[in-house]
Amino acid sequence: MRVLIPGISGSVGRKVAERLSAAGHQVTGIDRRPWPYPPAGVEVHQVDIRKRAAEEIFRKVRPEAVVHLATVTHLMERSEDRYRINLGGTKAVFDHCNTYGVEHVIFVGRHTYYGAAADAPLYHREEEPPRAIEKFPELADLVAADLYAGSALWRLPGMTTTVLRICYTLGPSGQGTLAKFIRSPRVPLVLGFDPMFQFMHEDDEARAICIALEKRIRGVFNVAGPPPVPLSVIVRQTGRTPIPLPESAWLLMLGHFGFPALSRGALDHIKHPVIMDTVAFRTATGFEVQHDDVHTLHAYRDTFPV
Amino acid sequence: MNWRRTNVTAPGLHLRRPSLAIRLTHLDHLGLSYAALGRYVPPVSPLLIDQEAAERVARLEIPFNSFGFDPYGISRDAVARAMSVARFLYRHYFTVSVAGMHNVPHHGRAMLIGNHSGGVALDAGIVAAAAFFELDPPRLAQGMAEKFINRVPFFSEWANRTGHFTGLPENAARLLNDDRLLLVFPEGARGTAKLFPERNSLVQFGSGFMRLALETRTPIVPFAFLGGGEAIPTVANAYRLGRLLGLPYIPITPWIAPLPLPVRLHLRLGKPLVFEGTGSEDDEVVAGYVDQVKHTIAGLIREGLETRAAEKRTPRTP
Repeated sequence: MRVLIPGISGSVGRKVAERLSAAGHQVTGIDRRPWPYPPAGVEVHQVDIRKRAAEEIFRKVRPEAVVHLATVTHLMERSEDRYRINLGGTKAVFDHCNTYGVEHVIFVGRHTYYGAAADAPLYHREEEPPRAIEKFPELADLVAADLYAGSALWRLPGMTTTVLRICYTLGPSGQGTLAKFIRSPRVPLVLGFDPMFQFMHEDDEARAICIALEKRIRGVFNVAGPPPVPLSVIVRQTGRTPIPLPESAWLLMLGHFGFPALSRGALDHIKHPVIMDTVAFRTATGFEVQHDDVHTLHAYRDTFPV
Repeated sequence: MNWRRTNVTAPGLHLRRPSLAIRLTHLDHLGLSYAALGRYVPPVSPLLIDQEAAERVARLEIPFNSFGFDPYGISRDAVARAMSVARFLYRHYFTVSVAGMHNVPHHGRAMLIGNHSGGVALDAGIVAAAAFFELDPPRLAQGMAEKFINRVPFFSEWANRTGHFTGLPENAARLLNDDRLLLVFPEGARGTAKLFPERNSLVQFGSGFMRLALETRTPIVPFAFLGGGEAIPTVANAYRLGRLLGLPYIPITPWIAPLPLPVRLHLRLGKPLVFEGTGSEDDEVVAGYVDQVKHTIAGLIREGLETRAAEKRTPRTP
């Protein structure tokens, strides 16, 4: 199968590309960032997904499937740029997919779609609306991209669309929001709160995306790995020391001392859980994780010792 | 598994004890450690965890993972610690008389539905302690709490770790489908706000619990709780002060703080009620079922009051 991966140079993109290429698929990638030495058989074009050159690749390659990973999830990126890439890029991908007869598109979104709030249900199902966006406007573009991708299910009925909402990942690449959050030896938490966090090994994440491609599932699916554990357990099991700080101290620190200038709602994501019900994905694909929670945490600890 | 013995024979397995400051602030992770063997060793501090509570926690039918947490975030250690405190209150501080505990199913989903008694959720704690210490195997009654609990630091964490979650229909349905024992007070915050003279009355019942019971085919075990009003006699409720602290209100007693007196408490459980339906019945039908439950509870309160009066006439022999 000819597979096109926008956002191939990210840590997830590379893993997915390697896996698909090894499975005998013809993999082509688009990314602004370079991937200097891709494995043999993987073709990488360093262009912006929103530019004309990207459309040319769709025209030439005529992919049968597209795995859209070209979204910016980390919040450090300047928000205007983020907004353009996440929404403009997603629109470009779906437009080209429609124009050039792509059969299957996978949009890889994040569990943060559901939002963290004190009065939210503990487990989120796919049909739920996003919550607490007003408190955390920095996430609005990702939520919009997720909903836009989902709208392809009725807008483009001839194409199979899969929207995956994937939980935090941990692994040797050290990439991802959670992996970066717990990188330093002392991890600040919010005093009096200890939310449950879902996470999975990054290899399992890549496997989940490949299984979604292979099974050609249609619809929106939550993807997560082992059962959730409290954030403080993640911090301790990766060999770090949790430093619980009162919320008032957090609010003073945001935007100072090297902490990102996020809105107050960002704190809710380390105060309240965002856990997903993954029954639909497991039922549709038979997906099971290969790395359990203990192994994933200890692998991270061993790769990034304190 | 005998937790205390584990600790005595293998104290060295506690790899990384958190600092004292963290131990005090994150009580429920006190000494949480993962042994090099890959086996979880429950931390047992003889001062904090009671032997009976520890033994019973080990027999709970809750799927704890290797870190000692279930998929909802209930912590084996936190339950053991909370139940150690509850045991002292249940067995020594209050004198609790329990009747009809056999009505609670040993396995499978069930809802404990009762009246609120006392300005704080003392009643919930005592009912949970009764289900934990009187049933064999022990069961964890999981309270469906008001929405404010998750906004309050420490309280949020403690409640979630011991199995009490926000009383959203989604949460309740999920727990029932997982065959848990739910503890629901359909009077809600209206019920805890009862003043001393109203202590044995019932206020309006919500109907959400009944729809859930119909939808998930859950038996309802009605109960009456007496004595909470005597333990915490509320003379007034400070709503404004409560709002400042992020709570619905603060009950004011003659001694200001809502600290309970060591009185005798009565818990009386009735036969399970099973209602047939789908959960999408008309409001009138559901209201009729709710009334049946309310009448049953009112009957149990009356029986409890009579028993208590008879008990007072014939004092127990020392």
